Amino acid sequence: MPALLRNTLFRNQALNITAFIIVSVIKTVLSLFVLLTAVAYTVWLERKVVGHMQNRWGPTRVGPFGLLQPLADGVKFLFKEDLTPPHVYKPLYIAAPMIAVVFALTSIAVVPFGNWIKIGTLHIPLQITDVNIGLLIILGVTSLGVYGVALAGWSSNSKYSLLGGLRASAQMISYEISLGLSLVGVLMLAGSLSLRDIVDAQRGVFWGFIPRWNIFYGGQFIAFFIYLMSAYAETNRIPFDLPEAETELVAGYHTEYSAMKFAMFFMAEYANMITVAAVASLLFLGGWHGPVFGPPILRALLPVFWFVLRIFGFLFVYIWVRGTLPRFRYDQLMAFGWKFLLPLAIANLLITALVVAIRS
Amino acid sequence: MVPISYYLILSGILFACGVTGFLIKRNIISIFMSIELMLNGVNLSFVAFAAQWHALSGQVFVFFVMVVAAAEAAVGLAIIISVYRTRETLNVDQVDLLKL
Amino acid sequence: MLHLILFLVFGAVCVAGAVNLLAQRHPINGALSLVAVMGSLAVEYLLLGAEFVAAVQVIVYAGAIMVLFVFVIMLLNAGVEERTKGSRVALLFGVPGMLLGSVLIGWVLLGHGAETVPVGALPGAPKVIAWLLFHDFLLPFEVTSILVLIAIMGAVVLASHPDTEQGKKES
Repeated sequence: MPALLRNTLFRNQALNITAFIIVSVIKTVLSLFVLLTAVAYTVWLERKVVGHMQNRWGPTRVGPFGLLQPLADGVKFLFKEDLTPPHVYKPLYIAAPMIAVVFALTSIAVVPFGNWIKIGTLHIPLQITDVNIGLLIILGVTSLGVYGVALAGWSSNSKYSLLGGLRASAQMISYEISLGLSLVGVLMLAGSLSLRDIVDAQRGVFWGFIPRWNIFYGGQFIAFFIYLMSAYAETNRIPFDLPEAETELVAGYHTEYSAMKFAMFFMAEYANMITVAAVASLLFLGGWHGPVFGPPILRALLPVFWFVLRIFGFLFVYIWVRGTLPRFRYDQLMAFGWKFLLPLAIANLLITALVVAIRS
Repeated sequence: MVPISYYLILSGILFACGVTGFLIKRNIISIFMSIELMLNGVNLSFVAFAAQWHALSGQVFVFFVMVVAAAEAAVGLAIIISVYRTRETLNVDQVDLLKL
Repeated sequence: MLHLILFLVFGAVCVAGAVNLLAQRHPINGALSLVAVMGSLAVEYLLLGAEFVAAVQVIVYAGAIMVLFVFVIMLLNAGVEERTKGSRVALLFGVPGMLLGSVLIGWVLLGHGAETVPVGALPGAPKVIAWLLFHDFLLPFEVTSILVLIAIMGAVVLASHPDTEQGKKES
């Protein structure tokens, strides 16, 4: 980036800048496309897995194994009647799902998918941008995602929506704290906030065959547990999904939404799930490290495969928990976040700090 | 290359908008938001001077300003809630009696 | 060049958001334009090299304090402001007065500080700031932590319902 700001006009400098811009645009478009497809197929995965857990088939009719079901759902959402109730506060009613989706999709900008790809003399890192404070950007974007929920609940001008919106946003901001604190142990072990550096610090094995992931070698299994719980609460999933429970609040903050706007909230929730899974894989499960072999093109793409495998495992645990556990009551939920997870996260922080200080 | 005075002028404009909002608004919450705007303008000033004099204490002081703003926002909004409960209004012009 | 363009674009967003805060009569619109001001201020901090301060601005200020404001506006159901005689007088004298004041200050500032600062002049990396915070500024750090504790207790006591024993569950 400093090259862009120097006013020299050499010919290859201009070519460098153009190549950089073109590559960045391609990476952004590709990441967004892959993320949106992943969101659609996470919905399919959830329906299949929950169906099999409940001893029934999931979607099976549309395409082989129901694989074209997300496509059919998309077409359905596009053709549904987009109803705007008369007493809503229109500007925020229309803007709230957009805010939710925009901030859910933004975090993918700092998530690295693998190592480098070499095209000729161009070294392209498999990440849209590697900032020094990558993890803080993800936390910041998660904090801003609360606005979509709160504004949706308020602008709908209905008591179910308002209550659901208030509950959901209070829950999200309460669990953001333990989410952030559980990650500080990992930061102390890696010494940097850049996601690529944190993954690079988990290279190699110890005791011969156990990989040096932060959950094993770094001893961050308690932090992983805290992160898992906080992630379930952040994304409003069972066992913490009271704000959108059907039996309690009709549909919570998205009661008054229909068709495409409802689909946008849906997409935002699943995109948040995928982002949280990606961050957990990078910080606790070793990122993209795994056996790498073969020709250079395979060497560049295998790390991406291992990364996606970890995300898939994390999402499977998400869906497994959804199919198994009942939901918390709201006061139990808040008490769990403030009185159990937060002290546990601080204790984990203290112990990790002690160990790091003694080791160095 | 941007001269530091540009950043200071931007900070001054934000602060002036904050003071104007404080003077002309009649809703308690809007007045409180104008105070936050003033604090933000001052934060920009701090960071600009930290960059000019190469003294990182400017950025550290921004932290303290943010912490104090957070504490003040929490307590101020709690006071606003209890004023609303007794007076049933958020208009500062109507909160003008010590005893109801 | 790009530095100047970025500064002007995000400075314009800041000023537009601030003026919108003054112009809007419903507090929720004011709160959202204040969030936009804070976001573009975070970009200005990045242009000055203060990356950690920019991240904290987004996480703490725009992501927590303004959410608190939006909560209170939603809870109290604050409606549109009314125009009273007092507010018209304040508008008549306040706005020209502040314009005059800011033009004067701007004129004085443009005359003086013309030192330029390149992008990212000062390394505002978290490591360096943490060193300062925990070594040179340790006492203010501990004092502000006690301040936050007092603020939490005060807010819970002030906002608790006067009839029942239990306080509210919102932040």
